[in-house]
Amino acid sequence: MTTPDPTQPVVHLAGVGKAFPTKGGGETVALDGIDLDIAQGEFISLIGPSGCGKSTLLRLVGDLIEPTGGTVEINGKSAHQARVDRDYGIVFQAPVLFDWRSVEANVRLPLEISGVTGDERDQRIDEMLELVELGGFRDHYPHQLSGGMQQRVAIARALALQPALLLMDEPFGALDEMTRERLNSELLDIWHETETTVVFVTHSIPEAVFLSSRVVVMSPRPGRIAETIHIDLPYPRDESTRELDRYYELVTEVRESLRGRPRDGGDLATRARSDGSFG
Amino acid sequence: MSDEREQGPPTGPADDGAAGERRRVPMPYRALGPNTSAWSSTSSREAELRRDPLADPEAGEIALDVGDVADDVAVHTRRGAEGVVGRWQTPLGRFARTALALALFFLIAGFIWETLKWFGGTPWRFENVLGTGVDYFHDPPFRVLQFSDRQLPHIWDILYELLEPFRRGSEETLLEFLLASALFTLRQAIIGFFVGAVIGIAIASIFVHSQRSERAFMPYVVASQTIPIVALAPVIALAVGLGPLAVIIVATYLTFFPVTISQLRGLRSPDPRAMELMRSYGASRWDIYRKLRFPASVPFLFTALKVAATWAIIGAIIGEGPGGVGEGLGKAIISFSQQYITGPEKLWATILIASLVGIAAYLAVRLAEVLVLRNRPGASS
Repeated sequence: MTTPDPTQPVVHLAGVGKAFPTKGGGETVALDGIDLDIAQGEFISLIGPSGCGKSTLLRLVGDLIEPTGGTVEINGKSAHQARVDRDYGIVFQAPVLFDWRSVEANVRLPLEISGVTGDERDQRIDEMLELVELGGFRDHYPHQLSGGMQQRVAIARALALQPALLLMDEPFGALDEMTRERLNSELLDIWHETETTVVFVTHSIPEAVFLSSRVVVMSPRPGRIAETIHIDLPYPRDESTRELDRYYELVTEVRESLRGRPRDGGDLATRARSDGSFG
Repeated sequence: MSDEREQGPPTGPADDGAAGERRRVPMPYRALGPNTSAWSSTSSREAELRRDPLADPEAGEIALDVGDVADDVAVHTRRGAEGVVGRWQTPLGRFARTALALALFFLIAGFIWETLKWFGGTPWRFENVLGTGVDYFHDPPFRVLQFSDRQLPHIWDILYELLEPFRRGSEETLLEFLLASALFTLRQAIIGFFVGAVIGIAIASIFVHSQRSERAFMPYVVASQTIPIVALAPVIALAVGLGPLAVIIVATYLTFFPVTISQLRGLRSPDPRAMELMRSYGASRWDIYRKLRFPASVPFLFTALKVAATWAIIGAIIGEGPGGVGEGLGKAIISFSQQYITGPEKLWATILIASLVGIAAYLAVRLAEVLVLRNRPGASS
């Protein structure tokens, strides 16, 4: 783990583009000219309609795919080096737990791979399970847990290596509204406790506004950053935050920003679940 | 539970309009088997549930807890469901289910067998049935050559034959002889099974890491199985000599194929996001193999091993056949088929024992499967 210079952005994107080859020999431009700096401790949401490349952008930051143009730097290193150094943790829409491993063993997985052993490992697991309030379920297997609990295990697993950066790709997209709101609050607590920088992909405007310090609104074909909206809601945020006038103003602002895009037809909410290839 | 209402008859979710009642947990959860005690430990939470947070503006914090309770409900409901669906969902229950299914198969086959005899077999007579002094005589309405005692002996005659000396003047009964033969065959089959499984896993592991090797060698793997094993067995026996080795090779030859194919699928089965997850940890190929690919492949491996177990037995029997190698079931089948005209019971008894050995091999793998996959209920139904 590196101790980052606080003035240095955790994520630095400059002119990042990504094109996928298509069958006919042409290419689809998923992302074009993305410039974005994310400072340490920020909570950034990427929001936009299907096909705007927000998941692609997240995968570029995680070095799970490579950009076709521009630079991606994490903690001042190349994205590849950052991945090899295990500088980030990732959470997907599905929990992707290993069903042959107990809750505890799932959280242990990244520690095993990175060679953390002995007391330190046990202690780290205890901390993480406490963080997501699943201490009593450590010996359970994934199939014995509800969807919300499974996703909490996935978060604990992502944080086990104490990464500087947490990447989340619609982590609560498959959950019901009540569970989602509760996990939103829990995630904010975790964010405060761990002081991790978070990049969060979502389709949900209320979720983005409630969680973020900045919302990055993206537009599709090719994926570009349309606008960045600073969320100045006070901390600590809890359920009462959702009733503030300022909260409604910001939700409206994000919504209008999304609608303002020329090629964004249709209602975002109804399109949210049928995500396209680059969604 | 102290609440009186809960002792009452299960009338279903109360919906009598009282706000405090509306969020009651439906009765069926409570009626579930042995885990009701686990449920009652959360009764304080349940009490919170019964206060309707939507109707009570001061219950805002409780509303937040609903999610926690939902988690509990999910866990307990699942446990409760396991309690009802049953004992059959425990590992040994699953094993017993398989064993019973196979036993049922034998019962049905026996029933059909005797039904055919009843309609078209040779007339038979029981004198003094079970010491009651009653005689029973049956004259089937039809005569079908194939169902006669010469070709399709009665099940009881086959079983009786098992207790007779296996050849004139011998001390050893047919059953003892066949069990000894089965043991002999089993030894080669088990070795062939394990060698074949290891080879299959190895080939699949190479293929999954090298597309080029898969494209180059997969056709040969498939082609190997198009050669009739009956034709190949004598060639192998000639090449390595008449002996256990030839038998083991044939058993291996039949075993490795299903394992290779199924294992390759299993090693490819992980969710792409699980692969991305491993990548995000900077995991090596070896880490990915041992911590993700291989564990994910185990259910596929067992599916193949169950097939391979019976094929290993068949392979060993065929391997013994041509040269009359050793003292196994293959040799017994050949020698008893030569006596078929005078005593078909012996061949049928041998077939029965051979199939029971195959089933025992299958069940042994099945037992290992349910134990190894006990925490993955979806993986071994």
